[in-house]
Amino acid sequence: MKILVCVKQVPGSSNVEVDPVTGVLKRNGVLSKINPYDLYAIETALFISEKFGAEVESITMGPPQAKDVILETVCMGASRGTVLSDRRFAGADVLSTAHTLSHGIKISGKYDIIICGKQTTDGDTAQVGAELAEYLGIPNVSNVISVNDIRENKLYLTAGLDDKTVSLSITMPCLISVEGDINTPRLPSYKIKRSLNDDVVRFLSLDDFNDKNAERFGLNGSATQVERIFPPEKNDTKITFDGDYKNQASNLYSLLVSKKMLEVEK
Amino acid sequence: MYNKVTDADIAALKAILGNKNVLVGDEISPDYSHDELSGVEKMPETVVKVSSTEEISAVMKLAYSRSIPVTVRGSGTGLVGAAVPVMGGILMETLKMNKILSLDSDNLTVTVQPGVLLMELAEFAEQHDFLYPPDPGEKSATVGGNISTNAGGMRAVKYGVTRDYVRSLTVVMPNGEVITLGGKVAKNSSGYSLKDLVIGSEGTLCIISEAVLKLVPLPKHSISLLVPFCNMKSAIEAVPKIICSKVIPTAIEYMSRDTILFSEDYLGKKFPDTKSDAYILLTFDGSTKEQVDKDMEIVADLCLEIGATDVYIVDTDERKKAVWSARGAFLEAIKASTTEMDECDVVVPVNKIDEFIKYTHELAEIHNVRIPSFGHAGDGNLHVYICRDKLSKTKWERTLSLCFDSMYKKARELGGLVSGEHGIGYVKKSYLKYQYGDVHVAIMEGIKKVFDEKNILNPGKIY
Ligand SMILES: Cc1cc2nc3c(=O)[nH]c(=O)nc-3n(C[C@H](O)[C@H](O)[C@H](O)COP(=O)(O)OP(=O)(O)OC[C@H]3O[C@@H](n4cnc5c(N)ncnc54)[C@H](O)[C@@H]3O)c2cc1C
Repeated sequence: MKILVCVKQVPGSSNVEVDPVTGVLKRNGVLSKINPYDLYAIETALFISEKFGAEVESITMGPPQAKDVILETVCMGASRGTVLSDRRFAGADVLSTAHTLSHGIKISGKYDIIICGKQTTDGDTAQVGAELAEYLGIPNVSNVISVNDIRENKLYLTAGLDDKTVSLSITMPCLISVEGDINTPRLPSYKIKRSLNDDVVRFLSLDDFNDKNAERFGLNGSATQVERIFPPEKNDTKITFDGDYKNQASNLYSLLVSKKMLEVEK
Repeated sequence: MYNKVTDADIAALKAILGNKNVLVGDEISPDYSHDELSGVEKMPETVVKVSSTEEISAVMKLAYSRSIPVTVRGSGTGLVGAAVPVMGGILMETLKMNKILSLDSDNLTVTVQPGVLLMELAEFAEQHDFLYPPDPGEKSATVGGNISTNAGGMRAVKYGVTRDYVRSLTVVMPNGEVITLGGKVAKNSSGYSLKDLVIGSEGTLCIISEAVLKLVPLPKHSISLLVPFCNMKSAIEAVPKIICSKVIPTAIEYMSRDTILFSEDYLGKKFPDTKSDAYILLTFDGSTKEQVDKDMEIVADLCLEIGATDVYIVDTDERKKAVWSARGAFLEAIKASTTEMDECDVVVPVNKIDEFIKYTHELAEIHNVRIPSFGHAGDGNLHVYICRDKLSKTKWERTLSLCFDSMYKKARELGGLVSGEHGIGYVKKSYLKYQYGDVHVAIMEGIKKVFDEKNILNPGKIY
């Protein structure tokens, strides 16, 4: 069995500033890291691999330095990975990203399960997984919270639906997007890092794809355009309760109920 | 010896502080009768909430003239009963004095009121590109409490403890007089350092009403390593070797698998790795990523050489949170795993930690009791917990006292001291006497007399 995990390199801090004039993220000097949501996907893949036996690989689209996130997946236990890197992929929106990934995956090999994180911390759309499955023509399930079994070419899963969970099965090959916080991702091993060599990462560009039409990739192939990026308004209001502790507690309670942060049983 | 608080005293206190800042009877929450661990309980006769140096002074003048005992309380997160008003009287809470008064970027100092919480100070410093290095586990403790216990914490290996960051203190004496100790200066050879006497005095000498603290430039990068070892012995033995490598980590923490499992239960969250019996957690910080990575690699290579089964990299905010939040919860987690417990916070020379922990394991076997531990291995400060579990009250009290006697004796043999950072308070008094002997204690008593001849400030503590 082969599992492929999709990962993305994102800014290393969640406090990336937005230039108030140009609306562009100030990425200068900000270190990057693997999208935190993807760590749950990697952990899910490694869990399946340990429990049911599978080889785990990773794939990313990004600039050449996105190689680092592939190396990181290897330090966590993946065997190798692919970077889809080409200037012509730049500026891709969700649709274009899913499209590019699908082409990269088609020429990379045959995978039984493709696993995506729920969303990224810099794009936050949570759509790449489902769109990628469409491009690949395979079934997919989102919001997966656990992989329970693998039998007769089927994956048995639990997925979350707001306040309910569903148990379902899906025929492989398939794609699943996992929820955040469903496991504790293992840490990268320095021992592996120390002995890494370059052949665990493969670079692919548009020239390697079956479809070489640049019009269908990157900004050109995108269906949406970003008009403006701006930081959300901050709310620093502080409320202080005085009086004795019973009064303070009951005031706090009423406030939490009125803000619907606490539910009152009727 | 002491007077009870009368209606007239309450009226006088209300005149100073306003009605709502003086609590009596039912208005006093039972929380004010204890701290976080010590098991000592005593309700104060009144709780007063002060807002300024002048108010503290006015309250002290009253208490002094009336011979009423006064115990100061910050957040009450102490672990040895220091903030428990064991003689009753007035409990003075500083939480309203929570202002950060000024930042002096030229002298790298910040001036704060005593009720500022450690987490507020840490955040303020970071926002201004500075670091306030002392980093004890309980972030909701007050700065006044931290100074009064000379709190240590996780960064002590590289940065030292609270004492190393106090430049000056404004204090209110038991008779209400206000004086300033130390100054906004980096050096000071001007007579006895009274400021240093006050640091760690657990509210027995005077009341801290303002502090000037030293900051350092914020290190821009940090990385932690979680290093698994197949047993406690090899983990602990690695610590002095790491220190000899001449790279100075900010933290070197020791933790055993059992303790990690307790914190998993307590937090309802899995730790990233629990396959090994023992772990060392290290942090490195610095101004450039290159420097931090270089330090990290020297120590990581060394750990692999001396028997670590791997070295896990804890580099992003999420990974740091997963590991450090578990570390931060150890005390509470062990507490939740048992019916009752007590703590031994000894500090021993770094190269004796191994011997001390092994000894606690032997004690656990001899007395058939659970003794989990974790600690600031890099500075020799251990936190050892004796758990009551299912023992009967009499058996528990006996076992506890036998274990404590043995442990403090062992620590002394190894050249260690009674408390590394939590203080003596009420519950460790006998061990301090045992450690220091009569002459030493007599000097302490003498010092107390000069500051507080009426013995009204936090009486019944330390010795
Ligand atoms: C989960 C947990 C983890 C902890 N981790 C650590 C740790 O890593 N390192 C460490 O050192 N400690 C640790 N502690 C212990 C505790 O947080 C510290 O002792 C802290 O310094 C107490 O601060 P506080 O504001 O709660 O003081 P309190 O408990 O309210 O008071 C402590 C003492 O300080 C005196 N005091 C308080 N304010 C003043 C003032 N303004 N003037 C004069 N005296 C005053 C009190 O009278 C009392 O004697 C931990 C505690 C908990 C519960």
